[in-house]
Amino acid sequence: MTVPSSSYKATAAPIAADTDAPARASLGELAQRHLSKLVVAPSFAAILVFVYGFILWTVYISFTNSRMLPSYDLVGAEAYEKLWRIDRWYVAIENLLIFGGLFIGVSLAIGIVLAVLLDQRIRGEGVLRTIYLYPMALSFIVTGTAWKWILNPTIGIQEFVRDLGFPNFTFDWIVQQDTAVYTLVIAAVWQSSGFVMALFLAALRGVDQEIIKAAYLDGASLPRIYWGIVLPSVRPVFMSAFVILAHLAVKSYDLVVALTGGGPGYASDLPATFMYEMTFRRNQISIGSASAMMMLATVVAIIVPYLYSELKGGKRV
Amino acid sequence: MSSLTSALPPAEGMGPRVARWGLYLILLLFAAYYLLPLVVMVSTSFKSLDEIRTGSLLSLPRDISTDAWTYAWTRACIGADCRGMAPYFMNSLVIVVPAVIISTLFGALNGYALTKWRFRGANVIFAMILFGSFLPSQVMLLPMAQTLGFLGLAGSAAGLILVHVVYGLAFTTLFFRNYYVSIPDDLVKAATIDGAGFFQIFTKIMVPLSLPIMVVTIIWQFTQIWNDFLFGASFAAGGAQPVTVALNNLVNTTTGVKQYNVDMAAAMIAGLPTLVVYALAGKYFIRGLTAGSVKG
Amino acid sequence: MATLTINNVRKQYGNVEILKGIDLSLTDGEFLVLLGPSGCGKSTLLNMIAGLETISAGEIRIDQRVINGVHPKDRDIAMVFQSYALYPNMTVARNIGFSLEMRGQSKADRDSAVQRVAKLLQIEHLLDRKPAQLSGGQRQRVAMGRALVRDPKVFLFDEPLSNLDAKLRVDMRTEIKKLHQRLGTTVVYVTHDQIEAMTLASRIAIMKEGIVQQFAPPQEVYERPANMYVASFIGSPTMNFIRGTLAAEGDRLGVGLRSDGGPTRFLPLHEAPAQADRWLGQEVILGIRPEAITCYDPTVAAGNPALVKVGCPVNVLEPTGADTITYIQLCGQEVVARIKPSDRMVEGENADFMIDMSRANLFDPKSEQRI
Repeated sequence: MTVPSSSYKATAAPIAADTDAPARASLGELAQRHLSKLVVAPSFAAILVFVYGFILWTVYISFTNSRMLPSYDLVGAEAYEKLWRIDRWYVAIENLLIFGGLFIGVSLAIGIVLAVLLDQRIRGEGVLRTIYLYPMALSFIVTGTAWKWILNPTIGIQEFVRDLGFPNFTFDWIVQQDTAVYTLVIAAVWQSSGFVMALFLAALRGVDQEIIKAAYLDGASLPRIYWGIVLPSVRPVFMSAFVILAHLAVKSYDLVVALTGGGPGYASDLPATFMYEMTFRRNQISIGSASAMMMLATVVAIIVPYLYSELKGGKRV
Repeated sequence: MSSLTSALPPAEGMGPRVARWGLYLILLLFAAYYLLPLVVMVSTSFKSLDEIRTGSLLSLPRDISTDAWTYAWTRACIGADCRGMAPYFMNSLVIVVPAVIISTLFGALNGYALTKWRFRGANVIFAMILFGSFLPSQVMLLPMAQTLGFLGLAGSAAGLILVHVVYGLAFTTLFFRNYYVSIPDDLVKAATIDGAGFFQIFTKIMVPLSLPIMVVTIIWQFTQIWNDFLFGASFAAGGAQPVTVALNNLVNTTTGVKQYNVDMAAAMIAGLPTLVVYALAGKYFIRGLTAGSVKG
Repeated sequence: MATLTINNVRKQYGNVEILKGIDLSLTDGEFLVLLGPSGCGKSTLLNMIAGLETISAGEIRIDQRVINGVHPKDRDIAMVFQSYALYPNMTVARNIGFSLEMRGQSKADRDSAVQRVAKLLQIEHLLDRKPAQLSGGQRQRVAMGRALVRDPKVFLFDEPLSNLDAKLRVDMRTEIKKLHQRLGTTVVYVTHDQIEAMTLASRIAIMKEGIVQQFAPPQEVYERPANMYVASFIGSPTMNFIRGTLAAEGDRLGVGLRSDGGPTRFLPLHEAPAQADRWLGQEVILGIRPEAITCYDPTVAAGNPALVKVGCPVNVLEPTGADTITYIQLCGQEVVARIKPSDRMVEGENADFMIDMSRANLFDPKSEQRI
């Protein structure tokens, strides 16, 4: 979720690692010369096998008719055709669009507002920042336990407000088919908006103060300074935050498991839970793999252009 | 890092003062929103079941009772196993400690090799390692389950350690690489002329300079691995499950009377280690979160 | 103490040739300055001598031993870096003693060596500090101490003074010179500062685009630059380049300057250039240092036939205190002269100057080489 902030130029290594020096090198010297590669090799090999190799494996499986156990007979795009005929998959996709859109939009909005507000020389800023960000330190399996209780109509907020003297107050989204997905948004925003705040706050503090002074002397009001100058100048952070939130949204799994379990029925399924359900519970390995490939494609479509622009334009130290 | 507006003179007069109160009010309301689940968890975990039934969501416990905590720790039933959360908490520790140490060590070595002894293709290798961290774990779940079975590690702590080390490498390498890039190459050159070799430079110069990033990395990895649910649920069986999986099983048990206080206490037990780390070293955690994703 | 021989050394990165055949040879105790703008290859050459870069072709010898494939630590060299490259995690004493530590010397030996060097550099009181607690000048001393402790055959300096402020830089420059006089070790010193080069070097190698333009003692480089690039790189203000034609007037050779429509002005040369016949009637460039153009003084001029009197309008006067830089108009070309503050001149008026033609250089306008 982060991007290297370094020179990608081919600066010479301190010591030329691959020397074109005389060929008569002893084994020890050879090892010395290639130590750097030897050190990276195990990690790289692991990534190669466990990430890229596994992706290929999943690709392969998705073109087989594997059910309970992987089978290696290719049957073409059958699994994909089946996948796109399953109503539950459409629910998961539709939910992802609703959930992803709202989650990203609201998290960005709250994060930016909080960052700007916190930037006003607030007493106790450190404490507030700590409070806004702690959800990121906890597993959603943990905090989901509390959210489930809060959102539960018979014991949570609905009951609490009714006890206060509003007997007709209703807040039962979590048990309704068509609103359960919105409770996911509430909880996900709760977890991630503090992180967006931290990203933007750091960026705001990096804006050149001379520009602010100049704008102030030009007679710009504070909101205008923020809206017209500061926010546009931290534009790259919008991009980073968007990409990070988008890929979090596609991967969201814990959240659903802890909060709704995909229910009621499968009304709040997301692709990640769908994939798990198909692969490990319903013995539809090839369909599960096909759905995993769809998730991969989505993430790659988001990440690749971003990484590409970051690495190409990487004129940072 | 000072406030942007500290460049400007403070506003004066009645209007701005009212605005300032409004500002604090908004910020405090948000704080309440963020704190709500934690408050509910803590206060409920100290209530008796009777009090939960009669009291309201937000009321504080009248009589603080630690019964739910003791019960959750020692006797709560995770599936058919009624030994409480304690053994699962230990499982998590057994997984987290080696996984954090190993992945941090490899990250440091990789970062060092990739920045200070750059070889042809180093950037491509780094990009490939980094890219892996973005990909959804779902594409790796099935092959991983197969591979762990093949290696005889299925359902074991060792299998989960392997998984967490491999998928943690991207972040640990990233952290150390970006940190080591800012350490001047001249140090390595000088040490080379002074007669230090690859590993001597690493242990005598780079490692002593790496304390801040080491803290960031360890905290990051600890939080990630402790909080993991997907890998734990997919690859750990029965008694070897980490604490998050146990918690989920406990909370979703439908048999018997729902003991909300025990659920909350169990949740607190599962969340306490990362919460404590965050409270003590939040600065470093935030640095890990934002590392590199902010330009400049 | 050692000789250093660099024999047709080349460096290539892919298809790009950074060094295009460098030949330099130093006798024992020489102080070589590699001078040139950034990107000229001087630091690459230094790194190759140090063993931090591989040598694509050619060979480098220290005391007749070819060191091409030798590891840096076995070359018997020491290097002072531009950034000082002090190990931030170690005390000053350990920084200085680190190379001895790596060579497995005993603690007692190391301590006495560190003490000796610290005394020499007057940094004994800093030995227990960390680099972060030192000022720029102190760090510079520690960096030198680290190089000195090894008592190497060759010292390598990579722009060691460029991170210091102006005053400290001058002080340290003098100190390096004193140190060299005292130790007599062979030095290779990289800089882009011509004053450092002039003051420190026994010989300067001026580099541009991977080629040594001139390799000579400082005064020769200054007085008789091999080409216009060298001439303009050294000296401030830079040498005047005046376009003209090589002409003969009677039996005297000289440079004819044509002003717009006006008569040609003839500046007789003090000594005839080589192959004067070939250049007669051809366009040449006359190179004259500003200090060779001074205020006309009849008594001085009378005693020196090389001095040629010219009358020119004065455009701008720039007093620097010690002397006054004067921009004058000579046959339609702007020329810089250096006069004394006591020579009272007025901007916009004409004045008489004398040019010391014994210090004139002639260049080929096409190849820009010295004639």
